[in-house]
Amino acid sequence: MVTTANSSTQEPVTAPERPGPAISLERVVKAYRSGPETVRAVGGVDLEIDHGEFFSLLGPSGCGKTTTMRMIAGFEEPTEGVVRLSGRDVTGVAANHRDVNMVFQSYALFPHMSVAANVAFGLERRKVAKQEIRRRVEEMLELVELGHRAKHRPAQLSGGQQQRVALARALVNEPGALLLDEPLGALDLKLRQSMQVELKRIQREVGITFVYVTHDQGEALTMSDRVAVMNNGLVEQLGTPAEIYERPATMFVADFIGTSNLLTGTVGDADPAGHHRVDLGQGLTALVAELPRGTSAGASTHLTVRPEKVRIGTERPEGDLCALPGTVTETVYMGAATHYQVALANGSEMTVYQQNSTDSALVAGRGDPVWVSWSPRHSYALPF
Amino acid sequence: MSASLDTPAPPPPGATTDPGPRPRRRTDWGRYYTWLVLAWLFTPIVFMVAFSFNDPAGKHNITWQGFTLHWYANAFAHGTLNEAMFNSVSIALLSMVIAGALGSLLGLALGRFSFRGKQLTNLVMFSAISAPEVVLGAALLSTFLMMNVTTGYWTTVIAHVMFCVSFVAITVRARVVTLDPALEEAARDLGAGPLTTFRLVTLPMLFPAIMAGGLLAFALSIDDYIITTFVSGDVTTFPLWVWGSTRVGIPPQVNVMGTLLFGVGLIMAVVNVVMARRRR
Repeated sequence: MVTTANSSTQEPVTAPERPGPAISLERVVKAYRSGPETVRAVGGVDLEIDHGEFFSLLGPSGCGKTTTMRMIAGFEEPTEGVVRLSGRDVTGVAANHRDVNMVFQSYALFPHMSVAANVAFGLERRKVAKQEIRRRVEEMLELVELGHRAKHRPAQLSGGQQQRVALARALVNEPGALLLDEPLGALDLKLRQSMQVELKRIQREVGITFVYVTHDQGEALTMSDRVAVMNNGLVEQLGTPAEIYERPATMFVADFIGTSNLLTGTVGDADPAGHHRVDLGQGLTALVAELPRGTSAGASTHLTVRPEKVRIGTERPEGDLCALPGTVTETVYMGAATHYQVALANGSEMTVYQQNSTDSALVAGRGDPVWVSWSPRHSYALPF
Repeated sequence: MSASLDTPAPPPPGATTDPGPRPRRRTDWGRYYTWLVLAWLFTPIVFMVAFSFNDPAGKHNITWQGFTLHWYANAFAHGTLNEAMFNSVSIALLSMVIAGALGSLLGLALGRFSFRGKQLTNLVMFSAISAPEVVLGAALLSTFLMMNVTTGYWTTVIAHVMFCVSFVAITVRARVVTLDPALEEAARDLGAGPLTTFRLVTLPMLFPAIMAGGLLAFALSIDDYIITTFVSGDVTTFPLWVWGSTRVGIPPQVNVMGTLLFGVGLIMAVVNVVMARRRR
């Protein structure tokens, strides 16, 4: 509905056919001088973000995700590498000449202007005709359900409403991409959840590329088409939420996203079915479907498996499963599921989530000997 | 004076309706203390205003004789006093504008950027505030003499700007450091160049502080006596004129002008508060 508004005005930049991905980063590095040392906030990032995609940069604080976004916006210049917007090299181009808009963590609404004047700010800078501005501001305020608040000052609005004004102020310009820097960080849990749904709806309606920076894995997984997990200034893994959750590529991702069991072991030989054996010590072995690139027999590795993929039972299960004996050290009843802590003979601990379906009672209590088992296709060896 | 201070204390609750235990009445010392401080501050001004309506018998306007509006009708009867008043007001306005502009930029730079010499600038600013006025005045006079500058109107303006700049800079800097830097980034992000960003976002946000700093400069300049005596040469300002006439008797016109000046200052302060409140 908003993209059609573009046609009647004489707006610069965006060509109708946009070549290349909406945003691409090529070997982008940002280094800071910190006394005698040079700190690499971003240490060589390659990204391609498609038109209309909801893309998240996810990672703990200090991982370089915000710096990466600020380089796309034009508030920071990369020390090395190239930033492209729709194929155009914008490295060194000032923020006010880039076809992207940002929603700030603090919202950064102009307190001395009304809500409508805030939203109109970008269009006025581009010398859009007055009536056109009024129409589009109204339209955009309707989209974020704040039409009745146009004359208010930002300070008179609630946090959630201010958040939506910030969103409208950026979206009304129909940017090539919208950058959102932890936009829901200041809201309480309930509002945050409803805003997640709201954001996703708006993104679908306007069809603009969203780049979303967050440290909240739940937010990133539920809203995004693709996620880049960042750590120490590098992208650890890039993929759909399901790929990242189901098949973490590194120890960091396995640990940062959801809960993972991590077992240390040594790579053994392949079995006839093509599975690789991992020796976990104390005579315990498990199987994995594939090995990380460059890993051969005898190398140390981490084996990972999600707690909900593991079954727990009192007897050794049949079939070509990974099955390890252990002792229950803790059970936590969670309502829908029960969480078990199981100590293995090699000293490792495993967490198991068991659904509390109608026919299953508590499988085992504290101190009971049990078997934990899973299919080899759910366990992965990660680079040590 | 806030309106809430004028309202009488509410009657003790429950005197007629509540049968429960009688509420203990505690003496509100804070209330009396506030009135005491206000009285302390305003008594001299009350006397100044009152004596502008006095009808003194002799040359000395120090004992109450009777009410008259004569001095208001003849407020500008002393030619030299008018000239002194005009000098004071014009010097104060110039100081306000020049020190306001320079001090605002200085405050913005000190609050926003880190640069070589920032600590030195801070040091100079604070020494300009804390140094005794006698020392500053004497130092300025010897500077002007060494540079062969004849002291007069413009040396007075220079001196006033010099000691006002620091006050403006400190007021503006205090505001700058509380500003969210994301506001300016947001303006840039929405397509505003650096100058437009300054005009539409930074300046309006700093305006209350700039106004406050400017008014401070005006107030400091218009009643300055010590530094002015050193650097004013032949030029007489209002404070110098008043001091000079103490021995022969201060004419009631001085009280009239003081009252008018106080009224203007009060109005400007009120306008500043109202505007700052509306901006918020």
